[in-house]
Amino acid sequence: MADNKVIEAIDLKKEFIVKVKREGKVRETKTLKAVDGINIYVNKGETLGIVGESGCGKTTTAKLLLGLHEASDGKIMLGDKDISHLHGSELKKFRKHAQMVFQDPYESLNPRFKIKNTIMEPLEIHGIGANKAERYEMAKEILNESGLRPAEQFMDRFPHEMSGGQRQRVAIARALVLSPEFLIADEPVSMLDVSIRAGILKLLRKMIADRGLAGIVISHDISLIRYISDRTAVMYLGKIVEQGDTEDIIANRYHPYTRALLGAAPNPDPEVKFTLDGIKGEAPNPVDVPSGCCFHPRCPECMDICKTESPKETIMDNGQTVLCHMYGGK
Amino acid sequence: MALLDLKNISVEYKLSNGTLKAVDQVSLKIENGDIIGLVGESGCGKSTLIKGIINLLPSNGKVIDGEIIFDGVNLVNLSKEEMRRRRWKEISLITQSAMNSLNPVYRVGKQIIEPVMEHENVSKKQAMEKAGELFDLVGLERGRLDDYPHQYSGGMKQRAIIAMSLALDPKLIIADEPTTALDVIVQSQILERINSLLETYDGSMILVTHDISVVAQTCNKVAVMYGGQIIEYGDVVQVLKSPNHPYTMGLKNAFPSLTGEKKELISIAGTPPDLSQELVGCRFMERCPFAQEKCKIPAEITYVDTGYFYCARSDERDELRRQADIPEVWESNI
Repeated sequence: MADNKVIEAIDLKKEFIVKVKREGKVRETKTLKAVDGINIYVNKGETLGIVGESGCGKTTTAKLLLGLHEASDGKIMLGDKDISHLHGSELKKFRKHAQMVFQDPYESLNPRFKIKNTIMEPLEIHGIGANKAERYEMAKEILNESGLRPAEQFMDRFPHEMSGGQRQRVAIARALVLSPEFLIADEPVSMLDVSIRAGILKLLRKMIADRGLAGIVISHDISLIRYISDRTAVMYLGKIVEQGDTEDIIANRYHPYTRALLGAAPNPDPEVKFTLDGIKGEAPNPVDVPSGCCFHPRCPECMDICKTESPKETIMDNGQTVLCHMYGGK
Repeated sequence: MALLDLKNISVEYKLSNGTLKAVDQVSLKIENGDIIGLVGESGCGKSTLIKGIINLLPSNGKVIDGEIIFDGVNLVNLSKEEMRRRRWKEISLITQSAMNSLNPVYRVGKQIIEPVMEHENVSKKQAMEKAGELFDLVGLERGRLDDYPHQYSGGMKQRAIIAMSLALDPKLIIADEPTTALDVIVQSQILERINSLLETYDGSMILVTHDISVVAQTCNKVAVMYGGQIIEYGDVVQVLKSPNHPYTMGLKNAFPSLTGEKKELISIAGTPPDLSQELVGCRFMERCPFAQEKCKIPAEITYVDTGYFYCARSDERDELRRQADIPEVWESNI
């Protein structure tokens, strides 16, 4: 099992310095712990879902794993290599292995590039393919595989001549043409219309399974995460509060935050109503994280210890991890 | 008599190269106490329809046909001034980016009492008292009335906007994607608040959204729009549990669910029709796995228990619904 890990983050941290301005002058600086000591891994051919509300640090996590941010502390391992502090040509070489699909296919494709150029560019940058003709063939093949068939019809188009769903397929093709080892998709369907979302999710799932990639899908929508990911990490204010097999998490909901998130998710079945489970207010500003357990001000189960002491990770019998005092010491 | 009765409404936009009929012959009745979900994909005409109702279309848009009977008065015939007097007082609107529709340089309280003082003959003190009551209703502290919008979080701004929309006790509230920009927990808090408010206060609402789960949780009726037309209407349980129009069937299959067995998602191939073109017959035909020759002529209305729908193969609806659950049926059409 351990040999299967493609990418792993160990006690990963990212801090930003935030300047607090008053009357036009910087009055103080504060530390924003965007990612605060997380442990995650993804196996070959498997998808990890990261779910949480806005500002919980899920996108920062993605950027750390891709080398777009440098970690403040902790390690990122690609296989047995520490990649958390790469620079220059090393970083460029690493980027070939780690690719990303962005949220908005209307923004992420160069409007002046034909589709073939968009897909052939990364090949050129990394010196893959002997000549233009070979790169053209590779681009055609990956477009076909991404469901844009026949590919010849799409190669000479511009992004504005395509629908949102087709553009997102191009973005997936561009990410996969380099045959990366792992792929991160950040809210891959939230900009798309409902009727075509399923097609994009299916394509991602198929590509990850068929090509034996390690996939990470980030979303605020846990029902979507359920559909696409084998394992799930629930994030809150930079911490992973619960992690495990997706179906286990949905069935067990150990952490009160997971319970709230699942209860609040609207269901397309009008006979199953959502429950709020007594959760209060909104997530606090990550600059001012509450003392003790960061969830305690909103938690319906809050105990005295929660206000002062940070909980330690508990491993449950089924291998799930939970960050909550209710399960402490197990 | 229905509170709002839309009769064959058509709305057209003038474009540089022709016209676009964004809403085509839409009829819909809203009774007192109804919460109607208006669902559809982007470009289906749902926002245009509600802008047409309250006469807030952009200058190149116009209601070219039909009647909008609200409380016995045809809104289409009203002058701008007569309509302005009814807006907020009788029909209020919560817009899509409501969070950004607060003026950043005025205190929130001042913005809430503005429509109250404009439409009703009350003192500033009375208006502020009213604003305080509204804040109680939507779950905000009265003390926050003196704050500026930037001191509010997204969810609080949205609550303030809801308070504002209730300020003059309108008979009808129109909410256009009221929770789309909010996080899921805040969304459910707000939807729950809207639900309980409408229960106590006996108002009606049109909730415009692309998300059928929001409709399932909030509304009692639902109208599904496609290509500028309402293709299915009825009781929310009936429409979402046993849809009759193939598009509604497809939409239902495309939504992942948290309850029950993990199901395969099914997407609908293709894209919605281009409304600037002349269209004949069923507008979903191009994407429908059940399309036949007869779909090329517009379908007659079929009435069912709680509503109606338009499909040329309406007699076979039970069989089509059974087939629509099979993923391969939709794939054959790609």
